[in-house]
Amino acid sequence: MTRLTSGGDRVDRSRPVTVTFDGADYPAYAGDTLASALLANGVRTVARGIYTGRPRGVFGIGAEEPNAFVQVESGTGEPMLPATLVEVYDGLRARSVAGKGRLSDVPDNARYDHKTAHCELVVVGGGMDGLRIAAEAAGRGERVVVCESSRVLAATLQEQDDVLLLNRTTVVGQYDHGYVVAVERRTDHLPDAPETVARQRLWHVRAGRVVDTTKGMEHPYAFPDNDRPGVMLAGAAAEYVTWYGVLPGRVAVVASGNDDALRAALVLADAGVALGAVLDTRPEVPAGLADGLRGLGVDVRTGHAVCGTDADSDGAVVAAHVAPVDEHGRGTAEPQLIRCDLVAVSRAWGPPPWSGQQVRTPGGASTTVGVPSVIRVPDGDGDAAGRTFVDLHRDATLADVERAVRVGMTHPEHVKRYTTIGTGADQGRTANPVMLGVLAELTGRPTAELEPTTSRPPAVPVSFALLAGRDRGRLADPERVTPMHPWHVAHGLPFEDVGQWRRPWYAPRGDEDMDEAVRRECRAVRTGVGTMDASTLGKIELQGRDVGAFLDRIYTNLFSTLKVGRIKYGVMCHADGMVFDDGTTARLSEDRWLMSTTTGNAAAVLDWLEEWLFTEWPELDVRCTSVTDHWATVAIAGPRSRDVVAALAPDLDLGAEAFPFMTFREATVAGLPARVFRISFSGELAYEVNVPAWYGLALWERVLEAGKPYGITVYGTETMHVLRAEKGFPIVGQDTDGTVTPQDLGMSWAVSKRKSFVGKRSYGREENLRDDRKQLVGLVADGDRVVPEGAQLVVAPGGVPPVPMAGHVTSGYWSTALEQPFALALLERGSERHGERLYAVDDGEAVAVTVTAPVCYDPEGARRDG
Amino acid sequence: MLYIPCPWCGPRDETEFRYGGEAGVAYPADPDAVDDAAWSEYLFVRSNPKGWFEERWVHTSGCRRWFTVRRHTVSYEIRDPRPIGEST
Amino acid sequence: MTVDVRRSPLAELAGELAAVGGPGSVRFAERPFRVQVELRAAADAPVSRLYEALALMLPRGVGYVASTGDRDALCLAPRWWLVTQSPEPAPVLESALAGRLRTAGGAAVSAVDVSAQRTTIDVTGPNARDVLAHGCSVDLHPRAFGPGRCTQTALAKAQVVLQQLDRAPTFRVLVRASFARYLAEWLLDAATEYVG
Repeated sequence: MTRLTSGGDRVDRSRPVTVTFDGADYPAYAGDTLASALLANGVRTVARGIYTGRPRGVFGIGAEEPNAFVQVESGTGEPMLPATLVEVYDGLRARSVAGKGRLSDVPDNARYDHKTAHCELVVVGGGMDGLRIAAEAAGRGERVVVCESSRVLAATLQEQDDVLLLNRTTVVGQYDHGYVVAVERRTDHLPDAPETVARQRLWHVRAGRVVDTTKGMEHPYAFPDNDRPGVMLAGAAAEYVTWYGVLPGRVAVVASGNDDALRAALVLADAGVALGAVLDTRPEVPAGLADGLRGLGVDVRTGHAVCGTDADSDGAVVAAHVAPVDEHGRGTAEPQLIRCDLVAVSRAWGPPPWSGQQVRTPGGASTTVGVPSVIRVPDGDGDAAGRTFVDLHRDATLADVERAVRVGMTHPEHVKRYTTIGTGADQGRTANPVMLGVLAELTGRPTAELEPTTSRPPAVPVSFALLAGRDRGRLADPERVTPMHPWHVAHGLPFEDVGQWRRPWYAPRGDEDMDEAVRRECRAVRTGVGTMDASTLGKIELQGRDVGAFLDRIYTNLFSTLKVGRIKYGVMCHADGMVFDDGTTARLSEDRWLMSTTTGNAAAVLDWLEEWLFTEWPELDVRCTSVTDHWATVAIAGPRSRDVVAALAPDLDLGAEAFPFMTFREATVAGLPARVFRISFSGELAYEVNVPAWYGLALWERVLEAGKPYGITVYGTETMHVLRAEKGFPIVGQDTDGTVTPQDLGMSWAVSKRKSFVGKRSYGREENLRDDRKQLVGLVADGDRVVPEGAQLVVAPGGVPPVPMAGHVTSGYWSTALEQPFALALLERGSERHGERLYAVDDGEAVAVTVTAPVCYDPEGARRDG
Repeated sequence: MLYIPCPWCGPRDETEFRYGGEAGVAYPADPDAVDDAAWSEYLFVRSNPKGWFEERWVHTSGCRRWFTVRRHTVSYEIRDPRPIGEST
Repeated sequence: MTVDVRRSPLAELAGELAAVGGPGSVRFAERPFRVQVELRAAADAPVSRLYEALALMLPRGVGYVASTGDRDALCLAPRWWLVTQSPEPAPVLESALAGRLRTAGGAAVSAVDVSAQRTTIDVTGPNARDVLAHGCSVDLHPRAFGPGRCTQTALAKAQVVLQQLDRAPTFRVLVRASFARYLAEWLLDAATEYVG
């Protein structure tokens, strides 16, 4: 055992725990990390190299750890964490990994959450300095957030209003405008984590300023066989003593290049570690430190370095090769063997290991200049004397860097990508400074001239589960539902996602499949009556003196002349002339209009209208109000729909002349206050009944009840799509893709020549005048096979690739009206090609199709009046 | 995550806004009066400078109003939030 | 007598919302069917003409609320207000308040009844601010927000109107009907840690 009988200010000796590593049990104390617990129990090999498979031990003490990655198997489990950051608890179970862990196949049922905080100051690091700064700011009335990575916050500041003290919290990202992101590990240290408490919390802090009080970063130098268990950063070795009361070795050789490493040697000696030698690459070291060590009987050698190690049968260090070196780190005499089980190495200290800023890793900027980054034996280059590892985590060696330079990689970013140095989960904290030093030496440039590689947040690995927070399962994305949704669920309707909306897809009876249900629903609407929940359509009320003039500018067709009580279909385009949305707009009164939009585009259309009103035409008096959710809409369609509406609204005159197509009435429907619109998306006689949303379910149930004598049939979005496609009505976003003009859709009739509107100017552009533009056509297929959306159209089957594509299918269905498959497609010069035979390629098979007009059902529109 | 100063609601997270592109690109008063090149310039061409940039945002999740800011495209510093049409 | 067939978008969750938490943590209450009217005024609109119909002066500062009795007028943006009050007793196509305001405002003011557009959830108690902070990035600290203040923002992935009623604190969340179920489930989940 290498635990001291006293000392270790981070462990609580009154709370012994047991941890299991690679199947063996080890005693530890609350407050230990898995790394300190394993060192305390003399476990030297804790992981293996990702490619070499060589044994690896604990190298650091914090986020810089490149070696000691473990798979945590108890609790929620984590595939790959540095043992230096895993806080122990009774029952912690972990396993060594060879460079990478394995994702658990058990669902992670822990809770994760996010929380926002606003403050004037974030202090990174909860030591004495950090808390002093925090207390001063709090005294000035500032709100302060203190983030301390370990469990221990200095006890100098009391929890108080407006001071948020977070331990076990690591700042992982600092972004623009004072945005700080930190991970709080809240239950990972508990043997029985309460289910109601989020395991981890991602803090989103908006801070006036950030003060980082964390200590600097220790850089090693590299030498042959520097990856063996027993090689460790010198500062880390000393901190295992002072923080955890653990001796990282019995006999140490300290490989120093700076004064702090000499002080670390004193700490080790003080704790009872025998010092085989203290080597410093510098020709001279401060006399006070050297004398202090020599006074303890330590063999202090300046101008010396470790240039190799010997290992026992487990691969762990049993001796260091020690030699005098020149200023380039080249050995100048045969190495001498010194027996030891710890090589404590420290070339220099750099700035703190960054708390999540996106920074150029200041690898070259260390406190000490003139200390080599790599030590070589007197003769022999590359790995002749044993592999010299630059990046322990990535298993990348000095020879790899030399090879990179030989093939012309001279910029650190190039070397990084060629060798993968610095790309591991540790972001190469201990590797980048060595790589820069080696590169400087190999290319003959000063380190300061090398532009370091960039470190990016997160500063330490963050699990996807934490990033997701509560956006999982049912809460992954809002499911927008209509007032009738409970009925749809109760009756087992399958749903289709349309944007965030959940819309009934079809309404199967018995054991019908989708095709059977849709064919039945289509027949019902064409021959009887069907009903669907159409509440999801976007609805915008426009008011003001200039709405007519505004709509004339926004829609391609004329609206200002529309009479009160009437409805008109309109197409709107972006300035580039491409179709953006379509829908109907009703004139409710002289200055009130109600626009409908496609389901998925409601927000975008409102944004579009307001953009023009607020930025280009503020002189127009038009005010827009979204009322999408205020209204529930039931569509009743089919030749018998008039009977159903008559039964529901006995006072309403439904005669074709009294209540003509494209008009609306206010009426009491099913005892509810309603607006009834006579519009049709199926080509059949149809009504859309609108009521305030909280009456929607009652209306729906009453429509079904009143429709029973007429065999009313519930239909969903699929049937709606088939019916509208038979009529050649395109769906924006399905039959269009942002490159389609109204003319391409055969809608020149809806494009005014007399007035100016957004997009009109673009129809004179050369691109839009090309005679080979794709145009909307219908297709009828031979045989029974439905041609799917996305199928490419070709002139002849087979052929040698690349086969010219003449167009593609945008919608494909079985038509009950035609009793055969049909489709809508965008086809080059389509409007001139009706009657032509083409082939639609579906999954490698060519299906013969005949081009038709887009309207394949009731082209004269005889059915809309019933 | 930028912190964008809405002139009416104060600073809010970037996710509450929609970007409106370069400011001062006016819709031609009479689009038919401009030639194809000028129309294409209006449709597609923006200045994209390195440095200070006048740009528009709309606070879609908040007051839904449009405004202009000066943003530095390297440092992301934002200055002078003001309603559309107002100069600094 | 007419049977009230109104159904709130949270009808299925109202019981669960009401049962959660307690005075020491956080509590939720749906306030269904409240009358809501959105007012938008043209630049030249004499909105003071609405004083009589409203019995209050519309607040001019964006993010401020004026109240009288159970009627609140929330200023959501320049020349844009949301007026809310107790529910209508019987089914109507449009609330009486909306009609009254349209008459009073004339051509330069839009008054649109949006009573069913959003439902209302009150979140109250010592942890109310904590619960909201799990999904809302607005600074709701007493020095930045308070009773008589309101804003539109995002809560979780839903857009909401947020209004502070008192220092309990009680926050009133107005959420679109189609998002209400999502948001209520989110609130219940976010409260888990505080309600045990």
